Amino acid sequence: MDVTQYFDYALMAMLLAVGVAIIRLRNLFAVVMLTGVYSLLSAAWFTSLDALDVGFTEAAVGAGISTVLLLAAMLLTSRECDKVTASRHWAALAVCVAAGAALFYALPDMAPYGAADSPANTGPGMEYMTRTAEDMKNIPNVVTAVLGSYRGFDTMGEVFVVFAAGVGVALLLGLSGRRREEDQ
Amino acid sequence: MSPHLILRVVAKLLIPLILVFGFYVHFHAKYAPGGAFQAGVILASALILYALIYGMDAARKAVPPWAARVVLALGAFIFAAVGFVSFFFGENFLDFNVLLPTDYRGQYLGILLVEIGVLMTVTAVIIAIFYAFAGRTPEITDEDW
Amino acid sequence: MIEMLSERFVYVVIIILMMTGLYALIATGNLVKRMVGLTIFQTSVFLLYITVGKVFGGVPPILNYDDLKAGTLDPNQLYSNPLPHVLILTAIVVGVATLAMGLALVVRIREAYGTIEDDAISEADYSLELEKGV
Repeated sequence: MDVTQYFDYALMAMLLAVGVAIIRLRNLFAVVMLTGVYSLLSAAWFTSLDALDVGFTEAAVGAGISTVLLLAAMLLTSRECDKVTASRHWAALAVCVAAGAALFYALPDMAPYGAADSPANTGPGMEYMTRTAEDMKNIPNVVTAVLGSYRGFDTMGEVFVVFAAGVGVALLLGLSGRRREEDQ
Repeated sequence: MSPHLILRVVAKLLIPLILVFGFYVHFHAKYAPGGAFQAGVILASALILYALIYGMDAARKAVPPWAARVVLALGAFIFAAVGFVSFFFGENFLDFNVLLPTDYRGQYLGILLVEIGVLMTVTAVIIAIFYAFAGRTPEITDEDW
Repeated sequence: MIEMLSERFVYVVIIILMMTGLYALIATGNLVKRMVGLTIFQTSVFLLYITVGKVFGGVPPILNYDDLKAGTLDPNQLYSNPLPHVLILTAIVVGVATLAMGLALVVRIREAYGTIEDDAISEADYSLELEKGV
């Protein structure tokens, strides 16, 4: 029992509150800003879950760049969203309840939270800790070692996905980043 | 008389610090949390701050869109090229031990090289995406004002 | 049942967050808000991965540099699982790249149709087909 778990509970409560607020709000500016808040809160929780690198990335990418992109897209499209119709509301609720019930049904199969002997924490993931100490005697950050070397092929795929997304956006919105007025 | 005088002065102070912090995050990633993905985003955010305060035209002068597109492709190329170097030495793809065969520092060197590729691609992609979105002129209707 | 839930309390919270994102994705017809719902769903999946890798009593997966150099690492030290961290680290960056791609498509749809509400878009498509006499 340590004190940090109470911070976790507070973060969970705030995440739930922000999530519900995002659903209910119709002003897109508020929605975008709350998405940034949501990312920042989850970054704090990542840090509390020992995932320092992930928290760092989420704070920089999720809370920073995502918000900038959503703001830009909002500015280019619209400021308000229409009211949710009753039929859609009930249909969405039915889908969510069904999917949520299925996930709850599967919950007992998950290992208890934080268990060191769960299947996920006894598999190849933990071997990287000892392997890194043997193979790379000057890289203490195991996440970087796994990212760059052991799972380098995976990272290369991710880099190409990012590359493809960049090219795709450039093709969709104009390669020069400037709209040609004569085309309009 | 330029508007936003305080913002301009603060940005002038902040942008070099953001750039230094980005490179610190990149090159210190082997010892502390951080890495090329985060560093790339931080470097790109320095340019986004510059564009927000000094305008898009100044930002386009600082980093031309063609440069972003070249770097975007070059980074991915560097990553793959490091992988193919291992191929030519008769090892597995992306096996960094061939870079310095007698030394465990080969892994260190390999990670350094591929991370530079990742840094270039991520920075350039974020900048290119920002240019693409910011280059569009918004159509603001009267009721939005 | 109570014990089962109390041991897996965080997963319950994450499932509710996931369903929040799913609801935002389905219920709203606004395409930008849909991308926001997708982002919430995505972040919840990231949280699920990271909570699975958490180990009680563990420390972040960064070795002590001096001990690593001297070869005196404590073999009994518990660490959180580094593998989910690596997977999610790259997934976050890919997530923002795909978000940008989706938003670019939304911007193009706005320019073509003048709206980003999907009801209005399908109505415009329908009247266009009526004009063509299909």
